[in-house]
Amino acid sequence: MSRPTSAPQPQPETAQGSVGSYVLGFALSLAFTLTAYALAANHALPSRTLVTVVLGLGVMQLIVQLALFLHLGKGSKPQWNVSVFSFALLVIVILVGGSLWIMTNLNYHMISPTDTDRAIIHDEGVGP
Amino acid sequence: MNPSIDPTAMSPSSKTVFGFWLYLMTDCVLFATLFATYAVLRHNTFGGPSGTDLFSLPFVLTETMLLLTSSFTCGLAMIAAHRGAKTAILAWLGVTFLLGASFLALELSEFSHLVAEGNSWQRSGFLSAFFTLVGTHGLHITIGLLWMGTLMLRLLRRGLTTISARRLMMLSLFWHFLDVIWIFIFTLVYLMGAIS
Amino acid sequence: MSILGRLTLQAFQHGGITGLALIGTAVAGTLGAIAAAIWLTVTRRWGWAAGRARWLWREWLTSLDPKKIGVMYIVVALLMLLRGISDAAMIRAQQATSAGNAHGIVSSDTFQQVFSAHGTIMIFFVAMGLMFGLINLILPLQLGARDVAFPFLNATSLWLFVAGMALINLSLAVGEFAATGWLAYPPLSELAYSPGVGVDYWIWSLQIAGVGSLLSGINFLVTIIKLRRPGMSLMKMPVFAWSVAGAMALVVFAFPVLTVTLTLLALDRTMGMHFFTSAFGGNPMMYVNLIWAWGHPEVYILILPAFGVFSEVVPTFSSKRLFGYTSMVWAIWSIVVLSFLVWLHHFFTMGAGADVNAFFGIMTMVIAIPTGVKVFNWLFTMYRGRIRFTTPMMWFLGFVVTFTIGGMAGVLMAVPPADFQLHNSLFLVAHFHTMIIGGVVFGYFAGITYWFPKIFGFRLNETLGKCAFWCWLTGFCLAFVPLYILGLMGATRRLDHYDASMGWQWLFIVAGIGVLIICLGIGFQLLQFAYSIWKRHDTRDTTGDPWDGRTLEWATSSPPPVYNFALTPAVSERDAFWAAKQAAHDHPQSHAAYQPISLPRNSAMSLLIAGLSFVFGFAIIWHIWWLALVALVGVVGAIIARSTNEDTEYEISAAEVAAIEAKAARKSEGGRA
Repeated sequence: MSRPTSAPQPQPETAQGSVGSYVLGFALSLAFTLTAYALAANHALPSRTLVTVVLGLGVMQLIVQLALFLHLGKGSKPQWNVSVFSFALLVIVILVGGSLWIMTNLNYHMISPTDTDRAIIHDEGVGP
Repeated sequence: MNPSIDPTAMSPSSKTVFGFWLYLMTDCVLFATLFATYAVLRHNTFGGPSGTDLFSLPFVLTETMLLLTSSFTCGLAMIAAHRGAKTAILAWLGVTFLLGASFLALELSEFSHLVAEGNSWQRSGFLSAFFTLVGTHGLHITIGLLWMGTLMLRLLRRGLTTISARRLMMLSLFWHFLDVIWIFIFTLVYLMGAIS
Repeated sequence: MSILGRLTLQAFQHGGITGLALIGTAVAGTLGAIAAAIWLTVTRRWGWAAGRARWLWREWLTSLDPKKIGVMYIVVALLMLLRGISDAAMIRAQQATSAGNAHGIVSSDTFQQVFSAHGTIMIFFVAMGLMFGLINLILPLQLGARDVAFPFLNATSLWLFVAGMALINLSLAVGEFAATGWLAYPPLSELAYSPGVGVDYWIWSLQIAGVGSLLSGINFLVTIIKLRRPGMSLMKMPVFAWSVAGAMALVVFAFPVLTVTLTLLALDRTMGMHFFTSAFGGNPMMYVNLIWAWGHPEVYILILPAFGVFSEVVPTFSSKRLFGYTSMVWAIWSIVVLSFLVWLHHFFTMGAGADVNAFFGIMTMVIAIPTGVKVFNWLFTMYRGRIRFTTPMMWFLGFVVTFTIGGMAGVLMAVPPADFQLHNSLFLVAHFHTMIIGGVVFGYFAGITYWFPKIFGFRLNETLGKCAFWCWLTGFCLAFVPLYILGLMGATRRLDHYDASMGWQWLFIVAGIGVLIICLGIGFQLLQFAYSIWKRHDTRDTTGDPWDGRTLEWATSSPPPVYNFALTPAVSERDAFWAAKQAAHDHPQSHAAYQPISLPRNSAMSLLIAGLSFVFGFAIIWHIWWLALVALVGVVGAIIARSTNEDTEYEISAAEVAAIEAKAARKSEGGRA
C-alpha cells in the first residue's frame, strides 16, 4: 500500500490527523496503559498513591486520545464540538461526583441503626 | 481527496458529523451513569467474590491491546479516506474489524467463564453492575462491528462517495469513543479492582 | 414456556371501574373511528382511492414536514390530556368520598394504578407532547430555516412517542398498569412486590418514548446551532429559540440517565439482577438518586419552552420589545446549569446528612433567582406597553399569579427542616401542580392559541378561549388551594381513604368541584376548536401576520408553504420581522430570483421502526422472547434499509415556487383590500 505523506494536509476545515499523529497517539496510549498495568499488577506503590497515579495515567490517556484520535480542538471556529464536550464533562462530573457524595453519605447514615448510632457518636461526639 | 466528494463531508463542523458528536456526548453521560452505579455497588458482593477474586489482569491487558490497536488502525483507515484510497480503507477497516471481533470474543469468553463458575449477574449487586457496565460497552462494540461490516459492503459496491465518507467519519468517531470508554473500564473496574 | 410468554386470557378480564372505563373508551373509540371512516370516505381521502389519493398516508402519516409532525404531536398530547384529566377526576372523586365508613368509588389497587397513570401520562405524553409539538411547528420558522436538521429522525421521534403512548394505553385493556406512582420506586417496583406486568408497561412505554425525546433533543439543538438564517447570530435569535436551546441541552444530558435507570430496573425484573433489590447487595436509594438526577432537569425541560412562549406572547401583545433580552438569555443558561445541581431536594428525607441536605437546599433556593429575573422582565415589558388582552395574554397573566405562588411554596420546601414536614404531603402535590399547570400547561395553551392561525390559516374564537381560560384558572384555584391547606394539616399524598375525624373531607369536596370546572374549561377548548373550524372563513388570516408579530414565523403566509421560506435573505437585527416591517414602509422590497428547493421525501420507515419498537416493548413485557428478538432484528433491519436509500429528497422547481408565492401574495392583497 502506498505511504501517505506525513505532513498534515493543508485543509484546516477537515481537522484530520497525519499518520505521525496517530502513531504518536498510539505509542503514548500504549505507554500509559502498560505503565498503569505494571504498577497495579505489582502493587508497586502504597495504595493511596497507586490509586491516584493509575487514575492520573488514565486521564492522560484520555487527553491523548481526545487530541490525537478524536482531533478535539482542531476544527475551524466556532468549535461547537468542544463546547458540547465541555458541557458534557461538567454534567458528568456533577452527576458522578454528586451521586458518589450523596450515596456515601446515605450509606453512612442509613446502614443498620446500631452501626449508625455508634458511628455518629464516634464521629460527632454526640448521641442520638 | 477525490474531487467528487464534498470536502466538508468529513469535517467536524458538518451538520451530520456534529449531530453524531452530540449523540456521542449523550452516550458519554449514559456510560457515566453506569460508572456511577458501578462505583456505588462495587463493594456489594453479598458475601460473594469481589473484583480482586475474579479479574485476571493479563487477560484484560490483552483485550486492551486489541482494542487500542484497532483504534489506531481505524485512524489509518480515515487517513486513507482523506486520500480517497478505497482499497486502503477497506484493508485497514478489515484489520480493525478483526481486532474488534477478537476483543469481543475474549470478552464473551470472560463472561461465560464467570457464569459457568456461578458468578453471573444474578449473584450480587456488584456483579450486576459489572456485567451491565462492561456488557453495555460490549454491546456498543457489537453495533460498531455491524456498522463497520455494512459500511465496508457499501464501499465495495458503491465506492467512496460523499455519503460513505461522512459515515466513515462518524464510525471512526464512534470507534475511538469506545476505546476511550474502555480506558475507564480498564482503569476503574479492572485495575482499581485489583488494587483494593 | 408458552409461545405467548405470560400472556393469557386473564389479562383481558377487568372488573369494576376499570371495566367500565374500558367499555366507555371502547365505545367512544369505535364511534369515533366509524365517524372518521365515514368522513374519509365521503371526502375521498383514503389511501387507495384515485383523485385525492392517499391523503392520510401521504399528507400526515409519512410526512417529514415538521409543521405536520408538530400538529400530530399536539393532537396526541391533547387526546392524552383527556385521559389524564379523567384519571384526575377519579382521584378527586375517590378522595372526596372515601372518608370514614365510605370507601369511595374504586378499589385500593385500582386507585394506585389511576394516580400512577395520571402522573405518567401528564408528564410524558401531554407536557412533552405539547412541547415537542410547538417546537416542531415554530422553531424552524423562527430561525428562518426550511426544516429541522434531521427530518427523518424527527419523524422517527414522533412515531416512537406514539408507540410509547400506545403501550401505556394498551395497559388499560391488556393486563394492568404500574401501581407504584409515576416514578416507580423500588423495592415496590421490583419483582418481589410487583410481580405483574404493570411496572413493565411503565418501563417500556417510557423507554421507547424516551429514545424519541433524546433524538429530538439532538435534532433541535443541531438545528439551532447550524440552521439559523445568515446574519442571525445567537444573540439575535428570538428568546423562544433560546429557551428551546436550553431545554434541548437539558434533554441531551439528562435523558441518558433515565435510559440507564429504566434499563437497570428492567434488568432487575427481567434478568434477575440486583441493582435496586432489597437483598443480594442492591441499593434502592441509588434508584431514587438516579431517577431524580434525570427528574429534576426534566421539569426544567418542560418549563423552559413555556417561558419561551411567554417571551414571544408578552412583547407581541404589549406592542413593545422584550425587556432585558441579555438577562433572559443569562437566566436560561443559569437555569440549565443549576437544574443539574438541585436534584436531591426531591429526597431530603431519605436520610442524607445535614451537609448534603444544606448544599442542595441552598442550590434550590438559588435556582429561583433566574426565574424571578424572567418574570420581572415580562412585567417590565408590559409596563408602558399598549396591552391587548387576547387569549394568549390571559394565559400569561394567569401564569404570573399562579406560578409565583407555587414558586414561593417551592422555595419554602427548599429549606430541609420545612421539607421534613411537607415532603410527600398534599402541599407538595399542590406545589408541583401549580408549577406544571400554571407554568407548563398555561404556557403551552398560550402557544397553541398564539400560533394556531400561523399553522392553520384562521384564528381561534376569542370568546370561547377566554371562557376556557377562566374555567381553568378558577378550577385550578378551587382544586389546589385546598390541597395546600390539607398538606399543612398533615394530609399525605396518594391516600385512597382517611378517617372522617381528620376533618379533611370538605376540602376534598371543594377540590373535586375544582376539577369539574377544569373539565368544563377543557370542554370550552374542544368547543373552541370545533366552532372555530366551522367559522374559519370569518377569521381567516390572509396576511400571515394576524397579531402584528415581531419574529420571522410571521413573515410567511398562513399556513406557510411546505418549504417555509422561498428566499432566505440575511437578517441583521433582533425581532427580525419587526425590523423588516419598519424598513418596508420606507423601502418596498424587491427580491432576488427564486431557486429550486430541495425537500425530504415522505418515508414510511419511521412508522415501521416505531411499530416494531411497540411490538418489542409488548413482547418484553409479556415475556414473549422470540417475538422480542424478531422485532429487534426488524428494527435493526429497517435502520440498515433506510441507510441504503439514497433517494431521500425531491425538488420543487423555481417556477413552482414562484407560483406558490404569487398565490400567497394575491391572497394577502385580497385580505388587505
